[in-house]
Amino acid sequence: MKFSITVTLKKDVLDPQGKVVQNTLLNMGMKNLKNIRQGKHFEIELDEKDQAEAEKKIDIMCKKLLVNLIIEDYKINKI
Amino acid sequence: MKSSVIVFPGSNCDRDIAVALEKMQFKNQLVWHKETKLPKSDLIVIPGGFSYGDYLRSGAIAGKSLIIDEVIKVAKSGCLILGICNGFQILTETGLLKGTLLRNKNLKFINKDINVKVMNNKTKFSNKYKKEQILKINIAHNEGNFFTDPGHLEELNKNNLIAFKYCDEKGNINNKSNPNGSLDNIAGIFNSNKNILGMMPHPERMVDELISNKDGVNLFSSLLN
Repeated sequence: MKFSITVTLKKDVLDPQGKVVQNTLLNMGMKNLKNIRQGKHFEIELDEKDQAEAEKKIDIMCKKLLVNLIIEDYKINKI
Repeated sequence: MKSSVIVFPGSNCDRDIAVALEKMQFKNQLVWHKETKLPKSDLIVIPGGFSYGDYLRSGAIAGKSLIIDEVIKVAKSGCLILGICNGFQILTETGLLKGTLLRNKNLKFINKDINVKVMNNKTKFSNKYKKEQILKINIAHNEGNFFTDPGHLEELNKNNLIAFKYCDEKGNINNKSNPNGSLDNIAGIFNSNKNILGMMPHPERMVDELISNKDGVNLFSSLLN
């Protein structure tokens, strides 16, 4: 079973990298650009048949290592 | 006084801190991260560097290493713990210190001598400094931008848990004297029991007039006091 995890900075945490990317795209003429937030992406494959059980395990991985809960949010999706 | 310096792959200030500790008459040992037992120590130092190449987040992988379980155990029973630079980042990743260190606001690695003010001189780490003494100490980091939630910030202020704040030569604490965007210019903090100190500046680089100054000496002599 395969999952994708997207980790993003929380709304009120400053994202200077995202800002620089945004400014660069604006300078390149991408005029409709409103906002960019940069994040991280993980793809995790698990040897587990029960989806609920698998999601539980992924959630533990996120909470214990992959995500810093003070500054980051995450979303888990089955792929 | 016995001290141990934990060494991770990618630590690069482990030798510097060992030299500083020995110069100050500590009996020091270097401890490899794969060890599962700590030598009996009064002080444990988590040194600066780039443990595990800063993979995932600075300090995240080192924060889960074998020896860290032992460090957490002795920390909870009152052993003195000092985390410098990457060591501070590791301490926040273990949960021994709250808060976190974000990328510097200007996105640049900053290596320069800056000023900090001693905010609390009534601790095991700072009793040889004068209150509000201004020190000149080197910083060298890419992720030193201290951030925490409002509840923790209130606790830090209320219980005098801020160790150092970035300031200018005259001691002014403001945006101009904030090198990395840290919340309230915070450069170092204590845990609630004040037996753990995490700081971004490098006191071990300031123990010899020949290469810098001696502004770091009193941190080590405070510990011996």
